[in-house]
Amino acid sequence: MENKPIDYKNITGWGVDADPKNDPTYPMKYRTDEEQKGYTWDRPAQQPVNIEVLHSIERPNVSAVFGTAPPPQGLSGQIRRFAFRYSESSFAHWLPLILADRVNVVEGLVDDFKRGHVPNLAAELGWKAEWKHNRKNFLKKMIGRGFMIYALYKVLSHNSKKA
Amino acid sequence: MLATSYRGPFRVRVEQKPYPEILHPQDAIVRVTRSCICGSDLHLYTGLVPDTRVGTTFGHEFIGVVEELGPEVHNLKVGDQVIVPFNIACGKCAFCKQELYGNCHESNPQATAVGGIYGYSHTAGGYHGGQAEYVRVPYADVGPMVIPEGLDPDDAVLLTDVVPTGYQAAEMAGIQPGDTVVIFGAGPVGIMAAKFSWFFGAGRVIVIDHLEYRLDFVRKYAPCEAYNFKSLEDPVVFIKKTTDWMGADVCIDAVGADASGSTMQSITGKKLLLQAGAATALHWAINSVKKGGILSIVGVYGPTGNLVPVGNILNKGITVRANQASVKRLLPKLIKHIQEGRVSPKDIITHRLPLEEAAEGYRMFAAKLDNCIKPVLIPPAAKV
Ligand SMILES: NC(=O)c1ccc[n+]([C@@H]2O[C@H](COP(=O)([O-])OP(=O)(O)OC[C@H]3O[C@@H](n4cnc5c(N)ncnc54)[C@H](O)[C@@H]3O)[C@@H](O)[C@H]2O)c1
Ligand SMILES: [Zn+2]
Ligand SMILES: [Zn+2]
Repeated sequence: MENKPIDYKNITGWGVDADPKNDPTYPMKYRTDEEQKGYTWDRPAQQPVNIEVLHSIERPNVSAVFGTAPPPQGLSGQIRRFAFRYSESSFAHWLPLILADRVNVVEGLVDDFKRGHVPNLAAELGWKAEWKHNRKNFLKKMIGRGFMIYALYKVLSHNSKKA
Repeated sequence: MLATSYRGPFRVRVEQKPYPEILHPQDAIVRVTRSCICGSDLHLYTGLVPDTRVGTTFGHEFIGVVEELGPEVHNLKVGDQVIVPFNIACGKCAFCKQELYGNCHESNPQATAVGGIYGYSHTAGGYHGGQAEYVRVPYADVGPMVIPEGLDPDDAVLLTDVVPTGYQAAEMAGIQPGDTVVIFGAGPVGIMAAKFSWFFGAGRVIVIDHLEYRLDFVRKYAPCEAYNFKSLEDPVVFIKKTTDWMGADVCIDAVGADASGSTMQSITGKKLLLQAGAATALHWAINSVKKGGILSIVGVYGPTGNLVPVGNILNKGITVRANQASVKRLLPKLIKHIQEGRVSPKDIITHRLPLEEAAEGYRMFAAKLDNCIKPVLIPPAAKV
């Protein structure tokens, strides 16, 4: 059956119990009901879109302003483009984005090396703060991790000799 | 200019980046004089927010001096000292007109569920943030507010986020005189929510956390009762008992996705990323509030979904209210509260670091080292 537009004014009982005080959004929302008229407001000027901006398929356009932090690039960029084929309501949107973020970390390291920059991981991880304020626990954790890596290495190299 | 740069989970560094440009007629460029690290930044730092791209500058809590203005900015002039709300809002869309400045529809192309936020991933618009020497500020006539004469810059920088967020948490809770309010989280946001709960007439304010130094602080600062959930066998049963088996009138979640306290939530939410972070505090809040009570959520969760007892929201008839804080809406009222001596936000600042030490600041705040409550970064170009 076809859907026809409905004139709500002709519906029996329409609005009989309407109560403007029954509005739990007060005072967070200054109620104007503007959004009921749809996407009709006088939009701010459009920021020129001269980089690649992925936009949610739950909106028709790129918002009037947007950020210019790294646009999609490389393999992570391709994954992000794929993700934006799906709505914000879909796992097919968010899970690829999380994957892209991880791929992007590797790309970041490769980029660093390409530019001849060896990243100082200890500094980036803020280990100085641990050393200053949490030395004993931090050392314990690091020694524990070191031991695990060493043990893993031993087991693996032992197995590969056997093979 | 110097700016923070995200490199991957738990990794940030400060590096040279190009000076920001005016890209839209309503843009301003602001020289940052103070910039905080926020509990929200930790969700980015730990890699929980999808579409956080390597190279992004973080930072959404900053104040500074106007350096440059686009042709369509009329309310500011070069040299003005400004508070910049963390939300990027156009002032013209249906949502801004309803004062929902945290829900603007013209500041974030990547997602419709959240407005633009400085330095908060591409899911919040892909903006570079204010943990830098300079930052691009869109819609400069709408968001930024000139710092009133005599207002301490340390108070001003906290007005960009945690003060309004704590206030709105209490406001959304619809607190009526005499109500018992339980707040989960004794971070900057929870501390402010506890303080402001009294302003709405609360009869009893209880804060739950597991960091003793923060519980000690909020006990004196709010002032309020404060309990360590590690020494309570079950925080929900504790709240029931202490409210004569009724439950609290109001519960506030000021923790968000980085919660601890439940192994199941932590593994599925933070390690396996099967849900949008750990919803431990939200779960406790739903179960601690009384029937017909109100749950106010300001703790931030990711966009996918979380495991919480929705059935209990229904069966108990709980009203849930939540949002990103609408900073601009609340600024005039909160500035008055500060000027008239009712609240002193700057007391929560525990650490001041040069911007260059941002990585240590993040580590310290994330691991809650050296009794850290609120760290502030000072860029070399601050000159104040
Ligand atoms: N809605 C908004 O506009 C808005 C604005 C700012 C911050 N936030 C959010 O508010 C939350 C708190 O921010 P913050 O700056 O205070 O962060 P924070 O990390 O300093 O504080 C969080 C506190 O929660 C405690 N905690 C952890 N698990 C807990 C549990 N199960 N029960 C009780 N307490 C628990 C931690 O020990 C910590 O003290 C974050 O999720 C942040 O993203 C929201
Ligand atoms: Zn914040
Ligand atoms: Zn808007």
